[in-house]
Amino acid sequence: MTVSTRTTSSALTFQELLLRLQSFWAEQGCVLAQPYDLEVGAGTMSPDTFLRVLGPDPIAIAYTQPSRRPADGRYGENPNRLYKHTQLQVILKPPPADIQEIYLQSLESIGIRLREHDIKFEEDNWEWPVGGAWGVGWQVMLDGLEITQFTYFQQCGGMDLDPISGEITYGLERITQFLQGTDSIYDIVWSRDPRTGREVTYGEVRLQEELQLSVYNFEAADIGRLWEHLRLYESECQALLDQFNTEFRPKAEKAAERHEKIHERLVHDGAGRPEEDRAIALRRFPLLGAYELCLKCSHLFNLLDARGAISVTERVAVMARIRNMVVGVAKAYAAQRRGLEA
Amino acid sequence: MPNLLFEAGLEEIPARMIAAAESELRERVLALLGRERLLAEEHEIRSYSTPRRLAVQVSGVLARQPDAAQEMTGPAWSVAFREGQPTPAAQAFAKKAGVAVEALRKIPTPKGDYAGATAVHRGREAAAVLGDLLAPELAALYWPKNMYWRPGKPERFVRPVRWLLALLDHAILPVEFAGVRAGNRTQGHRILHGDAPVAIDHPDDYLGALEAASVTADVALRRHRIRKALDLETRSIPGARWREDAALIETVTHLTEWPSVVLGSFDREYLELPEEVLVTVMRDHQKYFAVENAQGRLEPYFLAVLNTHPEESGIDTIRHGNERVLRARFNDARFFWRVDQKISLEDRVDMLPSVTFHKELGSYWDKTQANLSTAERIADTISKRGVSLDAQSLLTATRLAKTDLTTELVKEFTELQGIIGGLYARVQGLGESAAQAIYWQYSPAAVDDPVPPTIEGQVLGLADRIQTIAAMFAIGLEPTGSKDPFALRRAANAVVKILAETGLPLSVSDLLQALPSALEPATREKLLAFFRERMEFWLRDVRGFAYDVVNAVLAAGADDVRDAIARAEALTAVRGSENLAAIAIAFKRSKNILRQAREKGILNPGEEIGPASTNLLHDPAEKSLYNEARMLAPAVEELRRRREYRSALEQIATLRPHVDLFFDKVMVMVDDAHLRSNRLALIGEVLNAFSSIADFSELVSA
Repeated sequence: MTVSTRTTSSALTFQELLLRLQSFWAEQGCVLAQPYDLEVGAGTMSPDTFLRVLGPDPIAIAYTQPSRRPADGRYGENPNRLYKHTQLQVILKPPPADIQEIYLQSLESIGIRLREHDIKFEEDNWEWPVGGAWGVGWQVMLDGLEITQFTYFQQCGGMDLDPISGEITYGLERITQFLQGTDSIYDIVWSRDPRTGREVTYGEVRLQEELQLSVYNFEAADIGRLWEHLRLYESECQALLDQFNTEFRPKAEKAAERHEKIHERLVHDGAGRPEEDRAIALRRFPLLGAYELCLKCSHLFNLLDARGAISVTERVAVMARIRNMVVGVAKAYAAQRRGLEA
Repeated sequence: MPNLLFEAGLEEIPARMIAAAESELRERVLALLGRERLLAEEHEIRSYSTPRRLAVQVSGVLARQPDAAQEMTGPAWSVAFREGQPTPAAQAFAKKAGVAVEALRKIPTPKGDYAGATAVHRGREAAAVLGDLLAPELAALYWPKNMYWRPGKPERFVRPVRWLLALLDHAILPVEFAGVRAGNRTQGHRILHGDAPVAIDHPDDYLGALEAASVTADVALRRHRIRKALDLETRSIPGARWREDAALIETVTHLTEWPSVVLGSFDREYLELPEEVLVTVMRDHQKYFAVENAQGRLEPYFLAVLNTHPEESGIDTIRHGNERVLRARFNDARFFWRVDQKISLEDRVDMLPSVTFHKELGSYWDKTQANLSTAERIADTISKRGVSLDAQSLLTATRLAKTDLTTELVKEFTELQGIIGGLYARVQGLGESAAQAIYWQYSPAAVDDPVPPTIEGQVLGLADRIQTIAAMFAIGLEPTGSKDPFALRRAANAVVKILAETGLPLSVSDLLQALPSALEPATREKLLAFFRERMEFWLRDVRGFAYDVVNAVLAAGADDVRDAIARAEALTAVRGSENLAAIAIAFKRSKNILRQAREKGILNPGEEIGPASTNLLHDPAEKSLYNEARMLAPAVEELRRRREYRSALEQIATLRPHVDLFFDKVMVMVDDAHLRSNRLALIGEVLNAFSSIADFSELVSA
């Protein structure tokens, strides 16, 4: 017991952990982004990962991402499960050759003395079928606890990636719980007032939210309206995608035809050159808006699932619909980027 | 004699893939050296691996390839030399062969004289050859799952390659793969040794240098140390031992470079949970070894294999960390166990319509109905054949068999489906017989697993699988090549195993007969062929019968598994006898004669032949064969009926002198049409009468 007490008192608070990891990755040259302000099931779904891993531009970005999984809610009663947990997501494209060593240094930076622990990289391949995305990698085990998912993205939006991105996803609650040696997530010290030493726990900050949103997700959410929201978001997203595909990805013969028409109109109107105009229209096209609609759909699907409103047969069909949207947006986004570079 | 060391350093390779890759690399390097004539007669090859490396060391490598002479033939002599002078053709040929024109010789051939030369291929230096050819061998390794990591995706491999080490004695070989150039440096343990490279001066220093850097590269040694450490840690608990688990030993061996073991404990109260659940959590989820007492009952301890020898201050931290994780998992399991009890298996039947079995075949409710009807018919069949079983329990078990798919515990631990159902059935008082049947329904999952211990369990297992297989075949989902997404081969293997190892009087066609709806003839044919293939696998790969014995036996019947095994055993026992070997040759000859007769139109393809008629038998040899066969046939048939296959085969073997004499003295394909057809009829009759145990013509003589 003496050991764990000592660990506890010197261990980082939840917010210190978050700050340390962010500074660590900032020092590694990462852009620190803010959490995406829509409901997502994982940091991977943020456009900062899902869309930025597409195409050739290198990136190094890190951000925390509250991740909502309605079915995982336990009304705040289970000491190890949360409806909403916090991920720290790091994307490095292309991955540096010493990415694992850097990762291990990040653990040192939050006070984990590696020589006193058992670290293993165990095979764990990641897949998000709805996003047409998968990668290979490991779960990183620290003294038997999975603390990180480490993935080399291979495909996203159904497209082969080049360059590959390395993704590191830390489960922040778990790591803090580990460092502080608490048996319940809710007992984690979130912050400690340096003047008074007063501690605020994770439970004080979040328990109410876990309880009420579990009630909402499992009992109160109106199934009929959820379906309606899903349909509305889906049709809007689909309309945007259709519009994009008609305007910018027409079949070859149609393309020439359209080009002619635009050209004629522009000549008559006496406006600028058609290529420039087309480039502007392409850049302005709100695919990021369409992607947000996908995220809405995905979250609504998860809510319906938690509500027990999706039969197994429906499930496959609805997932296929969302996949079509997500993959459609990813492909359009990649085409948009290519079009702008060309 | 030079000594080769080749090591590829990688980011952590998946544990399940390492052993096969290590042995493949070893074989590839050995084959390469052989192919390139770089292997001394006295040589020794060793291979090593850890999660971060694959290595091969070969002593007895030649420093250079021996020179080789090759005889070459060039243009005709008359073209090569005109009036004693070499022509341009001669010069070109001499150049190609690498010899002077004067060295060309005249080589007489049936087509006339040609110019010939002895080309000498100078052997290359081993370093140059290996520098060129080692990397392609590494690149060619098979991995179940590959990845890309470098921009432009120039290569795929299991994980990124981080370093290469290639030494021939003290010299670095110019090997390059995945943008990495080989050197004479390797890496030690990630944490205990750190990033500093470990220089290897000579291949013989490899293992020692790695040991000093906290890496045991020899897999057998690592495995041995893990076993020792498990023993040692367990000794602190009186009367306890760790539960042997060879598969887990392999996993942890391939997950570690510098293993040690820590003993942890958990609260005794968790022992209320079924052992199956506790062991699954420990073994499958946490890779811990369970600890049991002398009676084989679980003790509240576990053993975790670490990839480090932690500093003293770390041991307690690591123990506590692992204990906390296990506690959380046990808590979850206990929570699910309690929640699941709130809805009985009986009540869960109503939930089955919303669990999809297959999108075209319906829900698990539909599946259960089909299973019920199949199980009932199988039970009927075997009851009529004198097997007594508890039909009520069988139906209860079949009706409830799939209900555990709706429980939280199975959702969490899918590998425990069936087992959980059985445990719940027991707790819910559904009777031991039904509980056992549910519990064992998915066994055997692999060929080494046991068959269900009760008849009800065996019948449920047969009904469930035969129904699935037939239903999948009926909608065109049979396995093809390496694709078997519904694991139908495994299911069929289980059917064969249950039929083989239990006393159930059932054949494959009995099982197909029990299906709820009649099969299309084409589907039935496919199913029979599929099961024949599975029986072939069973007899050959599991039971170890020679392939020609298996072919001979299955050609005579592939419906009754146990009968096929009995015939294979008998045939194996007697096939070595000279007489039977001679019979096999004679039968093969008879078959060929009949086939040729059909091909020449002497016999119509579908025509029934025989019986031979006595008054057309002229030669004493054919008379003796006829009489002997007629006399022997009923006796053999009687022995066959009594399944005394060995005696039957021994009887058949006594035909040998008559058969030999027949082929010695009698010409079958004579001009006289009557005589000819009568002789064809005779050999046809002999073949038919004595091929019902095995088709001897399939036997391959030694």
